[in-house]
Amino acid sequence: MNSLYYQKRLSRNIGDKFFTSLSVICALIAILPLIFLVTYILYKGGSQITPELFTLEPNPPGDDLDAGGINPALIGTLIITTIASIIAIPVGVGGGIYLAEYSKGGAFSRFIRFGVNVLAGVPSIIAGVFIYALIVSTKILFGSMYSGLAGGMALSILMLPTVIKTTDEGLKLVPNELRYASLGVGASMYTTILKVTLPSAFRSIATGVVLGIARAAGETAPLIFTALFSYYYITGFGDLFYEMGSLAVLIYNFALEPYDAQNKLAWVASFILVLSILSVNIFSRILAAFTEKTKRV
Amino acid sequence: MIKTNKKIPKNIILSLENVSISYGTFEAVRNVFCNFKKGNITSLIGPSGCGKSTVLRSLNRMNDLIPNCSLKGTVLFDGTNIYDKRVDPVEVRRRIGMVFQQPNPFPKSIYENIAFGARINGFTGDIDELVESSLRKAALWDECKDKLNDSGYSLSGGQQQRLCIARTIAIEPEIILMDEPCSALDPISTLKIEETMHELKKNYTIIIVTHNMQQALRVSDMTAFFNAIEYEDGDGGKVGYLAEFNSTKKIFNSPKEKTTQEYISGKFG
Repeated sequence: MNSLYYQKRLSRNIGDKFFTSLSVICALIAILPLIFLVTYILYKGGSQITPELFTLEPNPPGDDLDAGGINPALIGTLIITTIASIIAIPVGVGGGIYLAEYSKGGAFSRFIRFGVNVLAGVPSIIAGVFIYALIVSTKILFGSMYSGLAGGMALSILMLPTVIKTTDEGLKLVPNELRYASLGVGASMYTTILKVTLPSAFRSIATGVVLGIARAAGETAPLIFTALFSYYYITGFGDLFYEMGSLAVLIYNFALEPYDAQNKLAWVASFILVLSILSVNIFSRILAAFTEKTKRV
Repeated sequence: MIKTNKKIPKNIILSLENVSISYGTFEAVRNVFCNFKKGNITSLIGPSGCGKSTVLRSLNRMNDLIPNCSLKGTVLFDGTNIYDKRVDPVEVRRRIGMVFQQPNPFPKSIYENIAFGARINGFTGDIDELVESSLRKAALWDECKDKLNDSGYSLSGGQQQRLCIARTIAIEPEIILMDEPCSALDPISTLKIEETMHELKKNYTIIIVTHNMQQALRVSDMTAFFNAIEYEDGDGGKVGYLAEFNSTKKIFNSPKEKTTQEYISGKFG
């Protein structure tokens, strides 16, 4: 009879140890790029940060030793992402509501689900080219060509699938009993969705929206075709219809310059961009944890 | 109006006439004729798969929410066939409330759980008063009067179910349907709910599905026994039907049908 005690030398125990350590090593390797990336950008960009960077315009590349600041790009990224959210969140949440609550799994809803998945896989540059062809080259927006508005539209295309999918999935997680309860006290479908199911799914929808924003904020390719770049302060509402800077395009432009000052500015912009995307992600986590707590008092 | 001219005795609040319900091509119950008396508690009993829950859900059009579910025949309520195309199911559910098998309070406060239904139904009176009276009727007031702003989930299972009953009462329905309301509860909570039902009987008509025959015996005035058999023209699957409908006393003491006798004595089911 075999002893009941754990035996190290048994081949199954050796194999077990081996695969456990192998998967731990793989997990560590998977997280390495993030650690290196963040520390490297922290080192390269974080060391250059001065308060003036946030208030100055970038200087045009030249032999100028001072590259200026990232103010227009920072504000531009905020504006363009906001425009994208204003378009993508209502449409996405509405579409998700249709898929989860109203559709009965027929051909139309299957087609939409398939389409959303395809859209999620479309390379971001295609979204940019599409808006370029539709809006920029046709000057359809009051005669303006490259504009922050067009940039926001391009990014909204990228946000849309994330928002639709998370809304759809979030609503599907709401137990049917809750819907029955609401309909059972005489609520209409519309009241039920607005007052019962949507609030219950708020957590997952909000998380999806925040992740969608985080993804869109870091995109470069669609903005090169649509918002282009600007060196100048954003001063008023009218600037929406002109070229608009953004952190991502600033990095793209300045990292390729032969001048050291511009390169440094690109590092700073990378640092700010990574930091803000990271904090948006962390914010979504906190949001999730917070709403979870209040829901189950 | 959509009223029919059929003569229905005044004390009959709800009447099923030749009702058959199918899920897709599968027929769940066939040819049910049944009259529910006003102010009575009627229990629906029978083995699993006999269609009693299906029938109950059909009474306030909850079956509409199940894809492919269709009903033939008429369900007369207040002289109106509630399956008429012109009928608004939302209005039906306001007048015929439902309590479900699993307690399903909204993820809101106890107060809001009750106020929700009243508000969406355009209640204009004093909501505080309504919350109190509903909770009193559901025998829950003493247990939760000091924590009305706590979440409905903070209550125990039995209390949650009574909260669901209070929520249903708050919209002042004429009929309350209960789908195995005690199946997820312990005996003490069950007893409390049964006491609540006896109180409610004064003002409401109650129709309850139960697997617990003692419960049917304890609470109900009338009992409908559903059974399932294979029909010759069917595809071999069992189809539910109403086997016997009579006063609870007669069903349990001197049933006419042999199957009823066998079921209540525990020989099958």
